[in-house]
Amino acid sequence: MSEGNIKLSRRTFIVSAGASGAGLVLGLTLPVSGRAKAGVAVTEEVNAWVVVQPDDTVVIRIARSEMGQGTLTGLAQMVAEELECDWNKVTWEYPTPGENLARDRVWGSFATGGSRGIRGSHQYVREGGAAARMMLVEAAAMQWQVPVAECSAANSVITHAPSGRRTTYGKVATAAARLVPPTEIPLKDPKDWKLIGQPAKRLDTRGKLTGEQIYGSDLSLPGMLNAAIKACPVFGGTVAGFEADKVSDMPGVKGVVQVDDNAVAVIADTWWRAKSALDVLPIEWDEGPNAQISQADIQARVREGLTADSAFIGNSAGDIKAALTGATTRVEATYSYPFLNHATMEPMNATALWTKDACEVWCPTQNGESALAAAAEAADLPLEQCDVHKMLLGGGFGRRGGGDYVRQAVLIAKQMPGVPIKLLWSREEDMKHGFYHPITMARMEGGLDEDGNLIALQIRISGQSILAGRIPEALQDGKDPIVFQALSPDGDHAISYKIPNLLVDHAMRNSHVPPGFWRGVNVNQNAVYMECFLDEMAHAAGVDPLTFRQRLMQENPKGLAVLNAAAEGAGWGTPAPEGVFRGLATCYAFGSHVAACAEVSVDDGGKLKMHRIVAATDPGYAVNPQQIRAQVEGSFVYGLSALLYEECTVKDGEIEQENFDTFPSLRIAEMPKVETIVMPSGGFWGGVGEPTIAVAAPAVLNAIFAATGKRIRNVPLKGQNLLSA
Amino acid sequence: MTKLNINGKTVELEFDEGTPLLWVLREQAGLTGTKYGCGIAQCGACTVHIDGNPVRSCVYPASAVRPTQQVTTIEGLSESGDHPVQQAWQELDVPQCGYCQSGMIMAAAALLAKNAAPGDDEISTSITNICRCGTLQRVRQGIHRAVEISRETQTS
Repeated sequence: MSEGNIKLSRRTFIVSAGASGAGLVLGLTLPVSGRAKAGVAVTEEVNAWVVVQPDDTVVIRIARSEMGQGTLTGLAQMVAEELECDWNKVTWEYPTPGENLARDRVWGSFATGGSRGIRGSHQYVREGGAAARMMLVEAAAMQWQVPVAECSAANSVITHAPSGRRTTYGKVATAAARLVPPTEIPLKDPKDWKLIGQPAKRLDTRGKLTGEQIYGSDLSLPGMLNAAIKACPVFGGTVAGFEADKVSDMPGVKGVVQVDDNAVAVIADTWWRAKSALDVLPIEWDEGPNAQISQADIQARVREGLTADSAFIGNSAGDIKAALTGATTRVEATYSYPFLNHATMEPMNATALWTKDACEVWCPTQNGESALAAAAEAADLPLEQCDVHKMLLGGGFGRRGGGDYVRQAVLIAKQMPGVPIKLLWSREEDMKHGFYHPITMARMEGGLDEDGNLIALQIRISGQSILAGRIPEALQDGKDPIVFQALSPDGDHAISYKIPNLLVDHAMRNSHVPPGFWRGVNVNQNAVYMECFLDEMAHAAGVDPLTFRQRLMQENPKGLAVLNAAAEGAGWGTPAPEGVFRGLATCYAFGSHVAACAEVSVDDGGKLKMHRIVAATDPGYAVNPQQIRAQVEGSFVYGLSALLYEECTVKDGEIEQENFDTFPSLRIAEMPKVETIVMPSGGFWGGVGEPTIAVAAPAVLNAIFAATGKRIRNVPLKGQNLLSA
Repeated sequence: MTKLNINGKTVELEFDEGTPLLWVLREQAGLTGTKYGCGIAQCGACTVHIDGNPVRSCVYPASAVRPTQQVTTIEGLSESGDHPVQQAWQELDVPQCGYCQSGMIMAAAALLAKNAAPGDDEISTSITNICRCGTLQRVRQGIHRAVEISRETQTS
């Protein structure tokens, strides 16, 4: 492979699935050296992270994607903290993945998932801010010809105390940029933070209130055409043929093209016209063998795995067999969790401009570098001749980590060289061609001693593996370690409890439905299985569910503190309002301890009302507490939408649900009041975008049991009688 | 060519029979603040006002809008982005990804125009928009705050 002409093949993707295997990890290592790309404009940057303009405006470069989770603001706060700049003059910009490539990946990973935005980059972004400050101060000291040690910086002002001289960052930025960057970059002690830990307002709110914010689907480029697409509804099926001439005379239609072997797109002057033509375009599909598969087949295969002899052990302790045999009381139960679509509010989209020499893409993406790789591959051009302009995302939730829609846009644009093509999926296309939360079941078996202590727990998880579907290279001897999130022996998804005899294993049972990283990932089902079954065990033991958990958390003081905070906040142990019942759940996920206590009532007709949820989070350091609260509040909407309503099912090989009428989302009327306790204990960096989702469902399910005595073991609740079996 | 009054201006636009108002706004009038989310009036991301009433423009034929009717989009809700709902949203940092918020704000503004101080039950009945990021709690708080801002503005 020559450096000047590099073609990226799928083989060169080196996936950085960490040892903990958490979350969305579609990072890839680009197979090129850091040769500077000709023509990359070097702005008046002090370093890669910080640009200071003459008017003292500070532009902070953000590598991770903003999709609503607030990372953009948190990352800027961390840079600004060490930079000692005036927060009121901070703005931001995205470097492109192409610039990152050309500069030896100076901004590190662009991957935005696994609740890693802050915790995965806090060190180097703070160092970026600190290094820039050191250079700015040094530049001022040189101008004044005084020792650097006599100068200090605060609020974008540099002061030489002995002489009383002052200057601002904007005045010395150009000189600072010419200095050799420091190699030793000390960072502040967390106790000295002034901006980190503050509930700063988001930097990206204004444009979202006036319609001015341009999302990928809003983009308009000179001469741009619009494309609507339809892929074979059956996964794995292909295009057998289509009658382009039936629509080519329709108003505005400019072309009808095949995209890969499985999709057809109509290109028109407006998207509405493209979609209208696509709706009536006769397409013949070769649906292939998957058209024979329906939900019952997939469920049967998953169910079979519950009792299969062979499984991959993820966590074990003691002697489970002997302990279960010797237990005073044994409890068994089987749980299930369905396929789910991410259903981002903004459907998938990308705009591509292709010529034989270059390819540019504008798109919402959780991983700019993956998008760049997908674009270059589809464009059949070297990476260096391609680039991606990241747009703010209209939701991500793990759906926008891959490059499927980018690839399609480029393949369409390639058939109209020189014309920018905006591809926008319909909601129906988005629902039917996602990467779905994996379907799983769990067989739980627990044993109590005569004092009601949990002495044995066996968990057999069976079902789909996300890694096997998305990043098979990351499997370990064909096994997927990520399936044990929140049940692992250690790492940032370690099990919260000490159980003397434990066996957690996984029987991989994949289907033809493509799985994906869905916000919360495997913690979602694992927390339902663990937390609801623990509740069952507590009731079998006749022990209060809080006490039952506390006994198992004596070696996990931070997790215990969070559980206690949620319980106390809700008044656990004190009478609830008339007809209201409480349920608890906790877990450790994405490096943070979280817990929730839900208060619900179920009326005589079996109708559920969720009144209040008290949620506690210890993320170690809380960079922006009000944004953590926003993430916790939002996590309940996402998690409870899934609990109440959401399920994707398969019929004749395709997903049955097509829109929000059959895949509903929680409305404001059903939204419980969420009270968030942010309790950073320091010393570690945990994520906040995902962990709370996982405790939403089990807390409510346990409260439903408290209210009705009925244990719900299959989600969603939709269509189930909450009152009696 | 068809005459439409959008955000106080009469414009002449050309569109095919049956084109939803949403796509005329986005693709003919160039007003992309109004979003496409579902196309079947489920999510409310496309909410605009016609004569002050909230309408899901993704299923509302543009040809059904009379030239005398006033269409208001997020871009025309206020002159400088300072409608009480927008102020409250800014104060509480309501948006996350923000994609649904144009519709959410238009729905909230329409509610407040009819009911200067809606209670929680009225908010629950009137605001049925979907937000996948889950800003619903702050949307509720935002509506209550907008009521206060309106009062403060009137008394000052």
